[in-house]
Amino acid sequence: MSHLANFSKGLLKENPLLVLVLGTCPSLAITSSAVNGLGMGLAATFVLICSNGVISCIKDLIPDKVRIPCYITVIAAFVSIVDLLMAATLPDLHKTLGIFIPLIVVNCIILGRAEAFAARNSLLPSLLDGAGMGLGFTLALSVMGFIREFLGNGAVFGHKFIPGDGILIFILAPGAFICLGFLIALANILNRASAGKGRA
Amino acid sequence: MTTARLLVVSQPPHIPGPFSTRRIMLDVLIALTPAFLAALYYFGVGAFLVTATAVVCCLATEYLIQKFLLRKEPTINDLSAVVTGVLLAMNLPSNIPLGMVAAGSIFAIGIAKMCYGGLGHNPFNPALMGRVFLLMSFPVAMTSWPKPLINRFSVDAVTGPTPLAIIKEGLHAGQPLGELMPKIPGYLDLFLGNRGGCLGEVSILAILLGLAYLLYRQVITWHIPVIAALSAFLLSGLFWIMTPGSTPDPFFHLLTGGLIFGIVFMATDYTTSPMTVKGMCFYAAAIGILTILIRSFGSYPEGMSFAILIMNAFVPLINKLCKPYRFGEGKI
Repeated sequence: MSHLANFSKGLLKENPLLVLVLGTCPSLAITSSAVNGLGMGLAATFVLICSNGVISCIKDLIPDKVRIPCYITVIAAFVSIVDLLMAATLPDLHKTLGIFIPLIVVNCIILGRAEAFAARNSLLPSLLDGAGMGLGFTLALSVMGFIREFLGNGAVFGHKFIPGDGILIFILAPGAFICLGFLIALANILNRASAGKGRA
Repeated sequence: MTTARLLVVSQPPHIPGPFSTRRIMLDVLIALTPAFLAALYYFGVGAFLVTATAVVCCLATEYLIQKFLLRKEPTINDLSAVVTGVLLAMNLPSNIPLGMVAAGSIFAIGIAKMCYGGLGHNPFNPALMGRVFLLMSFPVAMTSWPKPLINRFSVDAVTGPTPLAIIKEGLHAGQPLGELMPKIPGYLDLFLGNRGGCLGEVSILAILLGLAYLLYRQVITWHIPVIAALSAFLLSGLFWIMTPGSTPDPFFHLLTGGLIFGIVFMATDYTTSPMTVKGMCFYAAAIGILTILIRSFGSYPEGMSFAILIMNAFVPLINKLCKPYRFGEGKI
């Protein structure tokens, strides 16, 4: 697989949230605004790139039987870095995302990519895979946050365009599920269209 | 009817039934007429505007989705979208802004019905989904109830709380029940509909007329309405006997809120209720119990729509558990 394909497959074709349907818990919980989605996505992207890189380097040193604890340790180290960095530089965002930043440790996407990709590939493809997957996750979260914030609050990235309350349900949990469902449908349509084009 | 005859593959003789989707929906609309007239009488022009908006938006949503998204022959002639629109309107207050009615109608048809595959495939009652969508999205507009018989010819109305809200908030604030009961209308007024509430739910008399017509036309059987009312009555009676000073009596529970309207028109929806009589009994009993539990312990004053939607989710399971035995197999 080419380097470009390693990177770009995470954006739409194997988008972690919309096609692999991983990491739905933080996605449903924190996408009540576009900024939250973007922040969460970028934090996860950082962890994903770094952990993929490190794991692809040390994969031959790890005994097969204890590989999951080893991956988790590596991931936890980077999550701690992100957690402390955000607390220092973006305290407001850190406060809003709250427990979901430490919970990146157990995010299925990161462990899933370590297990499925980084453990079998060399450094550069792993880095590209992590970046593609991370940006795909960020994209999905930002779009979801944008839609929910716009419909639920009448605002775009925190700037209020429509006075008064929006359709409140979109900020609440049911709105997250509805929004995720429609985005998955959209990703399916786009993927089907591009698959059809590839065959013809 | 001709296509129906072509599809018969079993042994003759056959007796063609008089039922079609359109005829059943028409019967439901006829049964809703008394409740609609009562709403017009108590709430005036607002009731008409809300109902008309809901019906038009439901029809338009269904037509546009079928015509342009699914690219198939629109089936709005089967009247099911009209029924959804009227039922949704019957579950709204008469002074709600019409834009919200339109949003609720689009949600009811577009998301709660068409996303699951259209008529017959929706697990949840579309009209109730529209109502709950509006209740969660616009809590203020959905809980300001115009007082009946005042300002019937203007859209701006004097509003006041429903009887259930008076009791719930009063009890929450620590007032004794004896002080609260004089604030609500008498039981005769509650029965006739002279109280604040949704369009369709206020007049119990009109709903019972509709129920009689539905039973006469055999559109529904008596099981769901009677058993749900009975279970709500028994559970609220139990609470009333246990804590007489702080719980309203069971008749109050039957006469207020959307209980009677819900069990007659919403819980009996074919698509979202169980298929067997045994299943219907479980389903109806659980609806009655859940409604009283939400009213007594929940944060909302009324629990009817939530109770029905929760039980809608259990219908596939109930159908599976209450499958009738085939002749010759199973228990002896």
